[in-house]
Amino acid sequence: MDLNYSAEEQAFRAEVRTFLAQKLPKEMSEAIRVGRELGKEDHEKWHAILNEQGWLAPNWPKEFGGCEWNAVQRHIFEEECCRAHAPRIVPFGLSMLAPVLQKFGSKEQQDHYLPRILSGEDWWCQGYSEPGAGSDLASLKTRAVREGDHYVVNGQKTWTTLGQHANWIFCLVRTDPEAKQQSGISFLLIDMNTPGIEVRPIILLDGTHEVNEVWFTDVKVPVENLVGEENKGWTYAKYLLTHERTNIAGVGFSRAGLDAVKRMAKSQMHRGRPLIENAHFVARLARAEIDLMAMSTTNLRIISRAAAGQAPGVESSMLKVKGTEIRQEINDLARRAAGAYAMPFVSEALEGGNEPAMGPEGSAATAPQYFNNRKLSIFGGSNEIQKNIIAKVKLGGGA
Amino acid sequence: MNFDLTEERQMLQDSLRRFLRDNQEALSASTRLGNADNTSGFDAGIWAKLAELGVIGALFSEEDGGFGGAGFDLTTVFEELGRAGAVEPLLDTAILGGGLIAALGTETQKELVEQVIGGELHLALAHGEPNSRYDLAQVETRAEADGDDIVLSGRKAVVVNAEAADYLIVSARETGSAGDEAGISLFLVPRDSAGVSLRGYPLMAGGRAAEVDLDGLRLTADARLGAAGAGYAALKRAINRAEVAQAAETLGAMEAATNLTREYLLTRQQFGRPIGSFQALQHRMATLLIELEQARSAVINAAGHLEASAAEQALQIAAARNLVGRAGRLVAEESIQLHGGIAMTEEYELAHIAKRIVMADHRFGDTDTQLERFLDQSAA
Repeated sequence: MDLNYSAEEQAFRAEVRTFLAQKLPKEMSEAIRVGRELGKEDHEKWHAILNEQGWLAPNWPKEFGGCEWNAVQRHIFEEECCRAHAPRIVPFGLSMLAPVLQKFGSKEQQDHYLPRILSGEDWWCQGYSEPGAGSDLASLKTRAVREGDHYVVNGQKTWTTLGQHANWIFCLVRTDPEAKQQSGISFLLIDMNTPGIEVRPIILLDGTHEVNEVWFTDVKVPVENLVGEENKGWTYAKYLLTHERTNIAGVGFSRAGLDAVKRMAKSQMHRGRPLIENAHFVARLARAEIDLMAMSTTNLRIISRAAAGQAPGVESSMLKVKGTEIRQEINDLARRAAGAYAMPFVSEALEGGNEPAMGPEGSAATAPQYFNNRKLSIFGGSNEIQKNIIAKVKLGGGA
Repeated sequence: MNFDLTEERQMLQDSLRRFLRDNQEALSASTRLGNADNTSGFDAGIWAKLAELGVIGALFSEEDGGFGGAGFDLTTVFEELGRAGAVEPLLDTAILGGGLIAALGTETQKELVEQVIGGELHLALAHGEPNSRYDLAQVETRAEADGDDIVLSGRKAVVVNAEAADYLIVSARETGSAGDEAGISLFLVPRDSAGVSLRGYPLMAGGRAAEVDLDGLRLTADARLGAAGAGYAALKRAINRAEVAQAAETLGAMEAATNLTREYLLTRQQFGRPIGSFQALQHRMATLLIELEQARSAVINAAGHLEASAAEQALQIAAARNLVGRAGRLVAEESIQLHGGIAMTEEYELAHIAKRIVMADHRFGDTDTQLERFLDQSAA
């Protein structure tokens, strides 16, 4: 047992830290620090900076232009990025589709799509959930019918994150309606500019446009856009979901969140004293911090095992549940710290035009983030589904 | 012992519930997030009808020109507003503004109360400040005598309904220092006075508020509401009434959230059956229903002690708001979780209701502050 990072790992951390200090644009980190939203251009800019450094694809093998970092290195990188308030990398192409193409895609698909993901030429979104298929994803109904050298796709996807920016979507579609649910699903790559596709915004409860509905009406998709074999899509989808759950613990986000709460609690006065001196508030803060300290070590235990080549089992479900609970608790603390200044809905503040300052720094973002992050326990396999998985593995039989 | 509503209150509840249900569309249009076209933060037509129905009058005693005004009148009205997700500023114009003028006003000033009951006048309490958090006595805004005039300077934070208000009731300190209960005066200030500037914004849970800057606001002594430096007791009393109303509103919103969740569990199909047939979700729904009844009893406790001694009032109100704060957060978060993604969308009713519940904890003192107040009282 050794809780310390090796000398090599520490050197790697220092290298990452130096890079971020030099290359992360100040206005970007400042925006993230106070909880402002980033636009498409910001994401593209940061994507390009990382690509130039060769650090855009930590999990890709070197043969495809990735870093091929092990789990510990990836963790260090993510931790440092959060600490420096770097933008989140949009994961749909880089860490969700790419591993599927690398494992199951044809040589042509790999040669065509992977470089375009790195260059930023393609922005991918995910076509999984449907209005009737949420936690029960395998009940999806979007239909693809083979007609000559095309599939004709009809149906509707929903909760398509940042679909408004995307020019490609990877979709789970039903190709065999007679087969048992999981067996009749295929994995298709669809150009968003194909006639018959319509993207409709969904406005979330914090006023943001982050997700969309994507409608397909007689959309013609060339058969060469099928990944792997027809009716084997569920296997690829499950493989992808294991990648969706990497960094699910969100330790870096929680650390940054706790720091922000502490800063605010130092500046906010409560009964004539700084809030950070209030026993009730600091007790809540301390509980969250204690949970985070332990969870962060659970995370490292799993990462360290993964770096040694062992596949994670139910532990990733456990991390998803605990990690999202802690993040949500910290969001709750942040809105509490802001006091009455959590109440305003000041969209200008989120976009950077809040002058002069109203309330403590970052307060305008606390309530929107609290409500927006209710999604953490819903998406990526809801926390109930994660508990079903844990129970099924540990208790056996039906979930 | 009898926990039934009186016949009058039952009628008030029925007619208000029917009215709000029949006008759901107008309510929704006026209340949703960032509704930039609406600079008052509410629907004027709804407001006029509420006055016509006697809903505003029900919040005032007969002595003050109304026909109610007791704790259970407040809870009857506000529970219904909460169920409907209404953001109409009855709390600000009637309970806080109207209540303070009725308590402290001269005969001339009290004529404004009549206009409030008639639905013709809006008010806002400009009391909280950037550094006051939830502490009533933390008033830094100064009121300085200048010859026969009084000059006010300071900044008031998150003043709900300020832009729509004809008058602001402004607290300012004539003597002492921030934290002292003595020395705080209240002033009745026309909102468009020189020296008053507003920066308005929508609120997360609907409605609007403003930052109010007072820069050399010049008043005459007749603008003072009540005696010089003696405003604190009336302020405390008005806030107590507002806290009872706020707790009842949150209770109503919790009912709406649990109703929506129950319906969704019964109709949403996944894995070939309604999700309400899964025991894991059934138990969570049961927990919400248990907490809802706890909240209902807490609100009854607070409303029933609104005429009790100051200490008893303070204890009961702190207890109710602490409980409703905790139960409310649970109901809001669990209702969203039990629904899944659909509850994250702005157009689904639950999103608005959940915001009403959670953001209520940021008015007059959050769950922790209420716990402190309860401890102060039980130690005393």
